Amino acid sequence: MVELIVFVIAGGACLAGAVGVVASKNPVHSALSLVGTLFGIGVLFIAEDANFLAAVQVIVYAGAIVVLFLFVIMLLGVDEADDLRVEPLVGQRTAAGFIGLAILALPVLAMASTGFEATGVLGERDPEVPDIEQLGELLFTRYLYAFEITSLLLVIAVVGAVLLARRQGRRADEVVDAGQEERETELAERLEAGGDERSAEAVRPRGPREEVGS
Amino acid sequence: MIAVDVVEPSWYLVLGAALFAIGSGGLLVRRNPLVMFMCVELMLNAVTLTFVTFSRMLDDVGGQAAVVFVLVVAAAEVVVGLAIIVALLRKRPGATADSAALLEG
Amino acid sequence: MLDLVWLIPALPLAGFLVLVVLGRRLGEPLAGWLATAACGGAFVATLIVFAGLIGEHHEDRHFTQTLFTWLPVGGLSVDLGFLVDPLSITMALFITGVGTLIHLYSIGYMHGDANYSKFFVYMNLFVLSMLMLVLGQNMLVTFLGWEGVGACSYFLIAFWFTSKANATAGKKAFVTNRIGDWGFMLAMFLAFASVGTLDWLELSEGVGQMASVTATGLGLLLFIGAIGKSAQLPLYVWLPDAMAGPTPVSALIHAATMVTGGVFLMTRANPILAAGFDWVPDVIAWTGAITALVAATIAVAQNDIKKVLAYSTVSQLGYMFLAVGSGGYVAAIFHMVTHAFFKALLFLGSGSVIHGMHEEQDMRRMGGLRKYVPITAATFIMGWLAIAGVPPFAGFWSKDEILLFAWGMSPVLWAIGLVTALLTAFYMGRQVFMVFFGDERWRHAAVAEGAGTAHDPVGDGTADDAGEAVSAGDPATAAATHAAGDHGDQPEPHESPWLMTVPLVVLAVLSLVGGGLNLPLLGDLHFLGHWLEPVVGENEAHIDVSTAGKVALATIATIGSLIGIAAAYTVYLRRRVKAVEPTVLAHGYYYDEGISAFVAGPGMAGFEGVAAFDRGIIDGAVNGVATLVRGVGGGLRRVQTGFVRSYALGVAAGVVVVLGYFLTRLSF
Repeated sequence: MVELIVFVIAGGACLAGAVGVVASKNPVHSALSLVGTLFGIGVLFIAEDANFLAAVQVIVYAGAIVVLFLFVIMLLGVDEADDLRVEPLVGQRTAAGFIGLAILALPVLAMASTGFEATGVLGERDPEVPDIEQLGELLFTRYLYAFEITSLLLVIAVVGAVLLARRQGRRADEVVDAGQEERETELAERLEAGGDERSAEAVRPRGPREEVGS
Repeated sequence: MIAVDVVEPSWYLVLGAALFAIGSGGLLVRRNPLVMFMCVELMLNAVTLTFVTFSRMLDDVGGQAAVVFVLVVAAAEVVVGLAIIVALLRKRPGATADSAALLEG
Repeated sequence: MLDLVWLIPALPLAGFLVLVVLGRRLGEPLAGWLATAACGGAFVATLIVFAGLIGEHHEDRHFTQTLFTWLPVGGLSVDLGFLVDPLSITMALFITGVGTLIHLYSIGYMHGDANYSKFFVYMNLFVLSMLMLVLGQNMLVTFLGWEGVGACSYFLIAFWFTSKANATAGKKAFVTNRIGDWGFMLAMFLAFASVGTLDWLELSEGVGQMASVTATGLGLLLFIGAIGKSAQLPLYVWLPDAMAGPTPVSALIHAATMVTGGVFLMTRANPILAAGFDWVPDVIAWTGAITALVAATIAVAQNDIKKVLAYSTVSQLGYMFLAVGSGGYVAAIFHMVTHAFFKALLFLGSGSVIHGMHEEQDMRRMGGLRKYVPITAATFIMGWLAIAGVPPFAGFWSKDEILLFAWGMSPVLWAIGLVTALLTAFYMGRQVFMVFFGDERWRHAAVAEGAGTAHDPVGDGTADDAGEAVSAGDPATAAATHAAGDHGDQPEPHESPWLMTVPLVVLAVLSLVGGGLNLPLLGDLHFLGHWLEPVVGENEAHIDVSTAGKVALATIATIGSLIGIAAAYTVYLRRRVKAVEPTVLAHGYYYDEGISAFVAGPGMAGFEGVAAFDRGIIDGAVNGVATLVRGVGGGLRRVQTGFVRSYALGVAAGVVVVLGYFLTRLSF
């Protein structure tokens, strides 16, 4: 009984959050909706006896990743509202709707074909032993190699992020080729004509010997 | 369903499918790169939910192990992806997913 | 000795190659001697092979030598090989023999020409091609030679190509020949399609399995080729124009050898002709007979010394085809050999006259030349008697054989042959009397022209046409005419050097005794007939005429010739009777003009139509495919919108499809 109530509330939170992510005009609202979904998923993890994972989910996902999203939103100032009324690509929304429905329907159909029972191979899990112990044992024996690789992956990701997000200003004595200013002006005009004023402003060349990055 | 008082595990699967569907729909419809990224995160979460459910249905902890890896990879992905977005949007502050449209036929 | 057959074409080939590289440096007259030596060497080689062939037993007289496999293509394997049998050796003998004499003559005739060595390059190439034609083991080697002689004919006719008329004549010869070649090519395709081989010996054997229709088609297609090459109706128009080339060329190519290629082809294909329908030989015989008659009538009204001989050649070739059609293959070959002798003689003689008259070619400006060019005159007269069919000259025996076979086929054909023989004697007599006897008109010609009167040398009413001389031959003629007008009297004609007269004498002797090849008296003297039996024996027609009948026919023919000579004498020497030379004959029944009008008018319309078809439908189809592709491409390219999100949509749609496929396939 309790599980049912928990499921309904948490599931509802997930769905509401998901819809919020997709439908919010303001990206900050989307991020906050995402938090809701992640939290709901965490609760559902607990309902499914995956306590460790629930904790990790909340700490890593809701705690770190979404915060990172918010940092970027605030840093770049993309918190302006997206115009959701216009869709420049013809038929994109209808097609997306269909695809979404199809993606929902097909697994359900697949499940229905087996009578909503899992038909995979049963593993050996001792219900008495806490899940974290079993998980730990598995990670450090069978999946040790993959585990170590993921640590490597994280290091690479950090290095990559630092490199990519570096500020690259133009030094005062850097050589600029002859047509650069002309090209930049042209590009700025083109961007402005396309409606992207902010980019146009960013691209438009300033006077010589001035640092572009502030 | 109203008369039921036990949660069938398959409901979790359906919920996961629904979340995935919403996430993919959002990915196709939204133009803001950050919101698109968030939709990707939605999809990943749906997948983790499904994994955990199957791990419970099949008494196999391997599902949970998979979730750990998904989580790690998602984190790394978000880090690098956001770095890219930062670098990109610094140059062209008003860019959206529709801005890169030069390579048309 | 038989395997030296490769040497026969190899020597002219060597001569050709050496002259191509070193000709200009060797210069005059060494280049000429080299070419003559090459041809003479080929003659010697032919004699050796001939001796070897005689040594063989009568039935075994065919020998093939394959040099290499030329075209191994799928089901077709064509070798470059030679077939030595009585027919090919006979042809090779007189080709190389007469060819050597003409080469010798050319050394003197082409003296002073700017392109002396180039002439001999072409001549050797020609001899090579002609030898390939007759010695060919299969249709393709024969065709190689066939095309080669056609090309050399073009080169040599247009040798003095700086004059537009000569270049045009060369082109005309080539194009007309090409129409015939088309027939030959189709024949090759048909032969391969029906019997699967192009080899002559295998074809002769395979004829038994061929359907009559196929054999008929094959025979007729080969005949079309022969019509083109041997200048029969309706493709004879190139031969008179071919007189624009130097006289030795006319003698060699357009009298003795190339034009006989068609007759050779028909003889080589005699099993095929025999296996076809019965009316095929009729077609050949009638074409030959009518051509002979028509050409003879045209020759009566020609004033250019070479044009008379050209039409005469067409006429004599007609005789040969008449013989082929009547089943007298031996008679055809016999006449071919004797014709080679006396026609070459006549052409070379005319060349000697032209040379002596300082490039004058119009007979109306000649006359009484026998005093000035005695050797030429004597040999020319002997040639004349031979062609007129006066016994015991060679022409009498061979023409008589043909008339005999014609009689055996149909009395009408015989009558046509007889009338033609009469006309032949007449127009040749006319030529002899106009050139060598009578008034020395060339003395007066200059004076009269200076006085501006419409000069009428023979008193027959046809207007003097100086322009005709211009179109008739090389540019030197026109120059000579003007020179005569400027300088008053023409310089006296002179006899030609020994280089030119020796071949004349040799040929004259051959014209006298050549008849001995195949005398109809007593069976054993039929040397040529017996010799050629392995090749044509089965298909030779049998004539059921008694000896008395043969004698009667021969006598009638002789009387006809004598009547012709007498008529010519009366008209042109004694001037008792007014000469009748209608303009329509002089213009060859306006055949050339007719062709030009047709091609310019309806022909052109046809060509335009074909071109339009090609442009519209064929090009249209090809371009249409391109347009279609472009259209489809243009449509498809709209898939590339440039937007990442639409690509993402595509990916998602693909995922759904794949998912759907697997899930439905696996579960239900």
